[in-house]
Amino acid sequence: MSIAVRNLVKRYGDTPAIDDITFDVKTGEILGFLGPNGAGKTTTMKIITCYMPPSSGSVEVDGLDIAERSLEVRRKIGYLPEMNPLYFDMNVLDYLEYSAQLHALRGGAVQQRMKEMVHVCGLEDVRHKDIGELSKGYRQRVGLAQAMIHDPEVLILDEPTSGLDPNQIVEIRNLIKQLGRAKTVVLSTHILSEVQATCDRVLIIHEGKIVADGTPAQLQQDFQGADTITLELRAPGVDPLRDVAPKLRAIAYVSGVSLLDGADATCRFEIHAEKGNDVREGLFRIAVSEGWIVLEMHRRVTTLEEVFHKLTTG
Amino acid sequence: MASLNLSNIGPIYRREVRSYFNSPVAYVVIVVFLAIIGWFFTSNLFLLNVASMRVVFELVPLVFLFFIPAVTMRLLAEEKKSGTLELLTTKPVQDAEIIIGKFLAAWTLLAAALAPTLVYVITLEALGSPDIGPILAGYLGLLLMGGVYIAVGLFASSLTENQIVAFIVGFLIVLAFYLADKVLIYVPSGLAPVLEFLAIDYHFSNIARGVIDSRNIIYFGSVLGFALMLATASLQRRKW
Repeated sequence: MSIAVRNLVKRYGDTPAIDDITFDVKTGEILGFLGPNGAGKTTTMKIITCYMPPSSGSVEVDGLDIAERSLEVRRKIGYLPEMNPLYFDMNVLDYLEYSAQLHALRGGAVQQRMKEMVHVCGLEDVRHKDIGELSKGYRQRVGLAQAMIHDPEVLILDEPTSGLDPNQIVEIRNLIKQLGRAKTVVLSTHILSEVQATCDRVLIIHEGKIVADGTPAQLQQDFQGADTITLELRAPGVDPLRDVAPKLRAIAYVSGVSLLDGADATCRFEIHAEKGNDVREGLFRIAVSEGWIVLEMHRRVTTLEEVFHKLTTG
Repeated sequence: MASLNLSNIGPIYRREVRSYFNSPVAYVVIVVFLAIIGWFFTSNLFLLNVASMRVVFELVPLVFLFFIPAVTMRLLAEEKKSGTLELLTTKPVQDAEIIIGKFLAAWTLLAAALAPTLVYVITLEALGSPDIGPILAGYLGLLLMGGVYIAVGLFASSLTENQIVAFIVGFLIVLAFYLADKVLIYVPSGLAPVLEFLAIDYHFSNIARGVIDSRNIIYFGSVLGFALMLATASLQRRKW
């Protein structure tokens, strides 16, 4: 079940919320939608779920155009909107039954799917409670349960873990990962570790445009600058600045060495390498041949946070 | 537009009815309604010694003016405010099905409020010998009139996410329908028949006299249908 988004534009008045977005989601993929607040994540999701039409451009879900085959598209999609709206005066089972019926499930299928969802989403203990009485974590699970009640092929989840505590976040992530194996999932978030933990692919959008597209690892690699290595040595009886630093500097591809601190025969250096070169082996060899003891050697990796920050500021 | 699917209307209708009767709304509304009607009915019966439903049929349209916008104000405004409308409209359900389901639910509440007043009819039958035809016609008229008010109230509720605003807008529109034939002396004589035909009380009193004319039925049907269409269109405003 693939999603094809083509040249999507949505304007509110004159200001474009999303500005010419094009991407595909492949069957079985978990796509993470990343961006600062107001970047256009929610708007894109509202368009895919047929809540509102785009100003221009098109979306096809499994080859069906959202404008022309809206009802069929909606049958295939399970949607958890931002803020997870729920009927607080209904109890969990009634609400799931209602959701199932709206998805045209009938008779035994309703009860069976309800049972499954209660089990999968861990709602056994609260199934007879009013939704208004539930904690945020349980409400989120109810929201996921209603989104999946008709076993949709596509799941659109707008900030599925917002407002949850760390334990609940892990639970919901695992749930999404587990379900995502068989489904096409699009989820939005502004929590970066979430993307790394759950998504096969990341789209970063900023001010309505896609600024990056790839796997989390790819993005990190693309934005990985020159290596910076922290090296901590024990070299008794030598002066770090006079004896050690020049020797490190002489290693191929090392472009700069600075002493961070040096006391009691241990010294820390920050070593800059020329872009695209790994100097760790050279560092190790010189340490061995000089009889220095390597206490720590650490290569700083560009985090997704840094990638995100670079792309969405300035 | 694809044809309406009854099996989509059913769940929406049932949820709405349950929501009325699971909360104090239905009971408060019904009790207040019955208290007002009952007081006028009994004082009329005992003080004037007349075995007639006339006072009920005169009073109920007036009570409906307040009662029905209060019942309908939350139908869409609440869902807009809480965001559940987004969820509902992204289910494979058409907007018109949502409107009709909610309309029928409020109509059911109205019928539930009217049903106990049948006790008065039974009382009258026991005490005197009123003509049953006009009484039954009057009930039909009340249901039709209430239906129009509900459709208008639903439209008002679709305009806003504030229930108070929905109440006031709904009240003003039904008030205009109610007053249309009561201001005839103030308008140019050419306009008077138009206003009279638009007036809901004019059509209701025709029916309540026991004359079920197709013109009156068509009036109720078309105003009701038009208001529901407006409500549906208003729900689709998100797509503009």
